[in-house]
Amino acid sequence: MKKVIMGNHALSWGAQLGRAQVIAAYPITPQTQVVELLSEMCASGALDAKFIKVESEHSAMAACIAASLAGARTFTATSAQGLTLMHELLHWASGGRMPVVMGNINRAMAPGWSIWADQNDSLSQRDTGWIQFYCSSNQEVLDMVIQAFKVSEALLIPSMVVLDAFAISHTYEVVDIPDQDKVDSYLPPFNPPVRLTPSDPHAFGGLTSPEHYFELRYKLQKDMEKVPALVEETGREYEKLFGRYLGQVENYRCDDADLIFVSSGTAGYTARVAVDELREAGIKAGNLRIKLFRPFPFEKVRQILIKAKKVAVVDRNISYGHGGIFYQEVKSALYGYDHNLPVFGFITGLGGRDVTPGTFKEIAQHALAKEKAEEDIIWVGVKR
Amino acid sequence: MKSEAQKKERTMKLSLPTEELMSSGNLACQGCGATLAMRYVLKALGQKTALCIPACCWSVIDGPFPYSTLDVPIFHCAFETAASSAAGLKAGLEMVGDTETTVVAWAGDGGTFDIGIQALSGAAERNDDILYICYDNEAYMNTGIQRSSATPYGAWTTTTPVKHFKNRPKKDIDAIMAAHRIPYQATASIGYPEDLYKKTKKAKEIKGTRFMHIYAPCPSGWKSRPEDTIKLARMAVQNCVFPLYEVEFGEKYTLNIKPREKKPIDDYLKLQGRFHHLTEEHIKMIQEEVDRNWGRLLRRVDAC
Amino acid sequence: MKQKKKAEKIIFESEKDVPLMPISLGPMLWNRTGAWRNIRPEINLTECIQCGICWKFCPDVAIAIENEFPVIDYDYCKGCGICAEECPTKCIAMVEERK
Repeated sequence: MKKVIMGNHALSWGAQLGRAQVIAAYPITPQTQVVELLSEMCASGALDAKFIKVESEHSAMAACIAASLAGARTFTATSAQGLTLMHELLHWASGGRMPVVMGNINRAMAPGWSIWADQNDSLSQRDTGWIQFYCSSNQEVLDMVIQAFKVSEALLIPSMVVLDAFAISHTYEVVDIPDQDKVDSYLPPFNPPVRLTPSDPHAFGGLTSPEHYFELRYKLQKDMEKVPALVEETGREYEKLFGRYLGQVENYRCDDADLIFVSSGTAGYTARVAVDELREAGIKAGNLRIKLFRPFPFEKVRQILIKAKKVAVVDRNISYGHGGIFYQEVKSALYGYDHNLPVFGFITGLGGRDVTPGTFKEIAQHALAKEKAEEDIIWVGVKR
Repeated sequence: MKSEAQKKERTMKLSLPTEELMSSGNLACQGCGATLAMRYVLKALGQKTALCIPACCWSVIDGPFPYSTLDVPIFHCAFETAASSAAGLKAGLEMVGDTETTVVAWAGDGGTFDIGIQALSGAAERNDDILYICYDNEAYMNTGIQRSSATPYGAWTTTTPVKHFKNRPKKDIDAIMAAHRIPYQATASIGYPEDLYKKTKKAKEIKGTRFMHIYAPCPSGWKSRPEDTIKLARMAVQNCVFPLYEVEFGEKYTLNIKPREKKPIDDYLKLQGRFHHLTEEHIKMIQEEVDRNWGRLLRRVDAC
Repeated sequence: MKQKKKAEKIIFESEKDVPLMPISLGPMLWNRTGAWRNIRPEINLTECIQCGICWKFCPDVAIAIENEFPVIDYDYCKGCGICAEECPTKCIAMVEERK
């Protein structure tokens, strides 16, 4: 069934088709339509779930974690200030191995108050032990939620499905809504190996001494390392059923490219327009769109970038005192493989400043003009 | 000696069931009131119980991974999430077909009066089907006796040294909960286990948010003798420092124990090192505060 | 009322034995808290009126009722003295532990 829906509703549809059983959420711009539609879905019976309308994002995540521990499939959605309020509990979900799935609308952090897109909210949660998927279209949002449940539950690691404020959240697109039967065949009910129940009483998350803590974290990382292969496998399975492949990255005209952009989110689609235009002008450009940020798909990224002559990483985020966050990841992916490949780090579009095909062309001009990156941050679009 | 005694041939009539869901070997201090509170509550709730325990003494008392001193499941949750975790756990259990289990949020006074009050207020306003139990030892005992908003006026703690003892009264959490109009709330004391047991049983049978506030003396933090734990709990009821009452829907107040003769607070304060610095004048002030609170409670009870 | 469960410590030889999440796999009974005690309660059963108050107020579940009389489990009794304090006939004495 094809429907014209907004990106936020694609999250709600993903949760409904994924048969989320417990939802706990708190409203925040630009996420509100996610919870509004989920409320409707629960009220009409279209979705058989308990929706706890909590008094904060902190409680939203707390409730999801505990419901997940009971063996229920759980979903929530938030953005920016809400996500960072949850920060403590993000560690709780991953450390306790509760596979909560959450939609996060990328919104810039205050102050000053901003409701517009950048990635600092989700990327500042990088080290919380969550899988992070970045989407570029409404269709991808819906598909990613369903896949996220499958990946998360297989490895008992929570997932964040991330989308840009407004450019996706409030933008209407045609979305193919899969049949419930087919989704059910792809995604069986959640059945964790251990759950909290009085019939088999265990205490979860007790005081853990240095004698044991290290091994628990070792095991989390070992399972995190299984994510890329599982994303490939579940992506192919999804493609067979629904004709769309999700995967870790999108390779857009990279194979013969001299200059490859590395981008994510909606900028990752904008980049494709720029690539086509640059190619028409005789510049062999390509775009590598990162869909899986944590764990970082080092191998895929390396395989694709190693053939280029120059790499331009476009970050809509910043790690203060260092630079673009994707830029760091890309450099570390290439470290030890090709020391001569120039990698340029561009920061643009903070706080919702537009990232257009023109932005990418400006980036291409800079990268093509220089032999190597002369500075850690190349600012694009700052009024100076 | 024993055989001679057995000749009495009396049968013991125990006032509480013998089933124990808490075992020995736990990490509580000697004479811990919070441990007794758990023991009594589990006797009343039985095996079909699940606990959410945030950071508090009980997250240590239970024992470290991979052990637990309780025979019911526990989720050791984040400090400020006792109520929200319990709400989520209840919803999760129901969605996987378990509608019977009593889900309990089990938190100390810091986790209830202070850092957890937002989540508690949220759950109570939604009337989530949970039993929230606060065992109140009147300070952050687990971290080493720092003042909380449950610490009474006059008390020494490590963050209210004797020269700057706590100069604000204890927060009236019971009035706050009553303002939420929840179906059932009660104060209880480890000094009156039968009353505590009866109220826990009653709370178990009610749907919606239930709140129990259990007075649990702490010898380590109150600088009292371990053997005085029960005595102090009893005294606090007899001198009306901690009266035992129930409230239904925030309106119907029932007093459970009315002391025949209301005792002065002096003896109670004297048994606790945390009050030793107080002058006669301070004690008089505390007595007046206790009298005011008691009078207010009686008016509420009488109004019903 | 006997402590039925195993009182053993759980040892993980390698990370493979460690569960994915920190969950309890056994009781705390290995922890014999009787070692904390400086003074021990001793019950004079001839004076005992079998009221059960010592059993009721033991925070450590270290007093059992056997054959209608209280029996102290010295493996776990921490020596808090509540039983002696609360005993209505004062038939429990707190006695210094022999070193």
